[in-house]
Amino acid sequence: MKSFFKNLGRQKKIPTEIGLDQNITTTPLSGLQIQAEISKYIHYEPSQLVVGCGQSVGKQRDHNEDSLFTFTITLGNGINSQPFGLYIIADGMGGHQYGEVASNVAIRTVASYLIRKFHPIIADASVTLDEPLQEIMQNAVKEAQHAVMKAAPGSGTTLTAVLILGQQMTIAHIGDSRAYSVQPDGRVSILTRDHSLVRRLEELGQITSDEAAIHPQRNVLYRALGQGEFLEADIFTAPVPQPGYLFLCSDGLWGVVSDAEIFRHISEAKNIQSACQNLVAAANAAGGPDNISVVLVQLLS
Amino acid sequence: MPDNFEETGKDRKNQLQNGTTLVQRYVIQDVIGVGGMGSVYRARDLHFPNVVKLVAVKEMINRAPDPLVRATIVKNFEREANILATLNHPSIPRIYDYFTEDNRSYLVLEFIHGKDLETIISQNDGFLSEEQAVTWGIELCDVLSFLHNHKPEPIIFRDMKPSNVIINQENHIILVDFGIAKPFQSGQKGTMIGTEGYSPPEQYRGEANHSADIYALGATLHHLLTRRDPRLEPPFSYNERPIRKINPAVSLELEAVINVALQYNPPDRFETIATMKEALMAAARKTGLLGRINQSTGNIQTSSLKPLWTFQCEDEIRSSPLYYEGGIYVGSCDNNIYSLKAADGEFAWKYATDGSIVTRPAVYDGNIFIGSEDHRLHVINARSGKINWTYYSEGRIRSSPRISEGHVFFGSDDKALHAVNVLTGRASWKFDAASPVRSTPYVLNETIYIGSESGEFYAIDFRGNLKWRFKAKLAITSSPVVQDGMVFFGSLDGSFYALEARGGWVIWRFRMGKGSIVSPCFADNLIFTGAADGLIYAIEARTSKEIWHFQADHQISGSPVIFKDSIYCGAADGQLYCLEYRTGRLRWKFETQGPITSAPVIFDDIVYVGSSDHIIYALLA
Repeated sequence: MKSFFKNLGRQKKIPTEIGLDQNITTTPLSGLQIQAEISKYIHYEPSQLVVGCGQSVGKQRDHNEDSLFTFTITLGNGINSQPFGLYIIADGMGGHQYGEVASNVAIRTVASYLIRKFHPIIADASVTLDEPLQEIMQNAVKEAQHAVMKAAPGSGTTLTAVLILGQQMTIAHIGDSRAYSVQPDGRVSILTRDHSLVRRLEELGQITSDEAAIHPQRNVLYRALGQGEFLEADIFTAPVPQPGYLFLCSDGLWGVVSDAEIFRHISEAKNIQSACQNLVAAANAAGGPDNISVVLVQLLS
Repeated sequence: MPDNFEETGKDRKNQLQNGTTLVQRYVIQDVIGVGGMGSVYRARDLHFPNVVKLVAVKEMINRAPDPLVRATIVKNFEREANILATLNHPSIPRIYDYFTEDNRSYLVLEFIHGKDLETIISQNDGFLSEEQAVTWGIELCDVLSFLHNHKPEPIIFRDMKPSNVIINQENHIILVDFGIAKPFQSGQKGTMIGTEGYSPPEQYRGEANHSADIYALGATLHHLLTRRDPRLEPPFSYNERPIRKINPAVSLELEAVINVALQYNPPDRFETIATMKEALMAAARKTGLLGRINQSTGNIQTSSLKPLWTFQCEDEIRSSPLYYEGGIYVGSCDNNIYSLKAADGEFAWKYATDGSIVTRPAVYDGNIFIGSEDHRLHVINARSGKINWTYYSEGRIRSSPRISEGHVFFGSDDKALHAVNVLTGRASWKFDAASPVRSTPYVLNETIYIGSESGEFYAIDFRGNLKWRFKAKLAITSSPVVQDGMVFFGSLDGSFYALEARGGWVIWRFRMGKGSIVSPCFADNLIFTGAADGLIYAIEARTSKEIWHFQADHQISGSPVIFKDSIYCGAADGQLYCLEYRTGRLRWKFETQGPITSAPVIFDDIVYVGSSDHIIYALLA
């Protein structure tokens, strides 16, 4: 396998185009799979992030309360170039008029806070940042908390924000939107922990995951942005999945699309953007009970 | 009490201005609290013109759009206010009055001079004493018992938490904020739950009886004794935070009582609040008899630990030993590097340099590499003890050599990081670090990571070019470790840092009590270090959360090492501590006669450690 791809490299084919031909239906590996395989052996210079996203109101709601944000650049200072990415998903709370306001204010506050913080670095590559990323993320969430409480009092939203710098991603998470690591071998592992009552009951062994999936209170969160005076986001740092993908989604997707299907849609799509569209379509095909948002990120390095 | 007053949050616009007079009687003086349904004010009662009589006025804003619903809410409020007004107990504030104006209903209560428990917890740096917690706990049992036995209907408080308990000027408890607890409403996402953190599981299902108050009292006492705010933790996770693990001064007896109150299933808790009070009193009696014995130093081996062998040098040992092919190699301040047989400590050879040796030897291809304060790196045949070659730096060498990719890397007080070819002994390059380098380099992915005495931290490529730098406020003597793309090290500035290995971005910073020269070690996603504050820390690498800390009797001057399920670390009090690395529980400690400033080495279940008492010890791990 390894030499096969090396040979491909010698023939100077552009790797991303392999398997894109619509007429070839017997290709054993999809474009994404091939790309994932190749990326094990090809060194990308500079390291770079490839991103896709998708959204849908779903089949049963009349308005969209999800919000998403993506931002990708490469920071270079002549010595060292670093991928920089910011990916945010927020799911406003149903039943409140202000759900969509909450999720939108949350992502805009977090995004503008972080971009303000990183602006000196974006503007001048020789600048360094002393403040720890985890503290910056914590402060961004705090600011979003205040903004949501002010703009949409009584409402709330989930927030899953991923900041990629170099090979590490720092994640701030509240609520039940999710971040996954999807590996080319089929492993789909959830990186975040739902702040939901059923997840807590499940962790305590009080109900099974099957019971959790149909539990009448499965939408109840014990932590959300904009609600309650005390707020602590889960903040942690982990290596960006490589080879593989970082996948963010709201519960409109993970509630109806299984891990195996998530993997299948990602690995069978011809590129990242169509993987996102197919995932959204899969959630709608499964009834689309809620708003759907997805972001899919791949680090090539 | 009214459940249907809508939450207003911290909406300042809705608050009454100071000086506002309500029903021509209560002059608002200040906001003293903000609740879920409105604010609480301090007000002066004008019916007492000759004295200043202060009252607390609790406001509830009724936002139900339907007038019929609004009227029902007000009716319920008045009915409940009437019940509360009849309660006569020293721990319950008197209710003087209630009234409704437009969409706001008000309750006028006795004004309590005092502080609530939440404020008391946050204003104290240390833990509250067990006696104090038990005394207040017993008083809380009394008032809850009074409520639970109310006729004709028992009253369930439903919102026991530190902020609802005021300690008055006589140090007695007063229970405030009746009826705020919102019953749990299922359905739409976003319905938040009564008092997150303190409420029992069944209350999340909308069931709350006297057992819910027992649980919440347990949760309140847990918070008082541990200072861990349950609202910042997942619900029902108390058993993951045993009280004595956080505050070892708490007695086993008291911990046991609180654990019963915090049982997940109501039948497993105390049957009544009166039984809980009995248990608290029994615990207090028992610990009162036993005195306040620190349980954590109970049955721990200390003296029974006998070294397998010892070897005495002529001066202090500050260097960490190296194990290599059945031999122990260690440097001493008597200028020698010693080679000993690991099995019995038998002397094999020594090699004299012209300065103290405070660095750890490294080995490559049968040769021992060691830096000395005589400015030189010495390369000695491990078997014969004969010199192979030496390399001169221009300052004392206090940084231990690291060998990788045919080069030996080490720092020197000549302000440089040296890269020397292991075969030829010639310098490949020097990196100017601008200040002495005493930390030991870490090499990974063609990158050398090193700290310096001015607080600069450098990532350098294999050609000696800077990749990135970072600056701490004070010296980085601690040697870095790199794990999962993150670089970890401590600094004399009292911070422990985690940086992104490729770009040097600060991912997190953990504040220790004092500065540190300790070189960290890593196991199971935990990073271990120590500081001059006498604490050994276990920090989760992903989140920077402290998992445990262990208080030694003196500064932590040695560096920790993990072996199997234990961590071994020496301190300035001469003790070598062996702790369970997952919990921080002390397994044993071994006393030497001088500070331990190096890291032990462990091989084949034997710990080898040197001490400032001139002796190297071999101990069973």
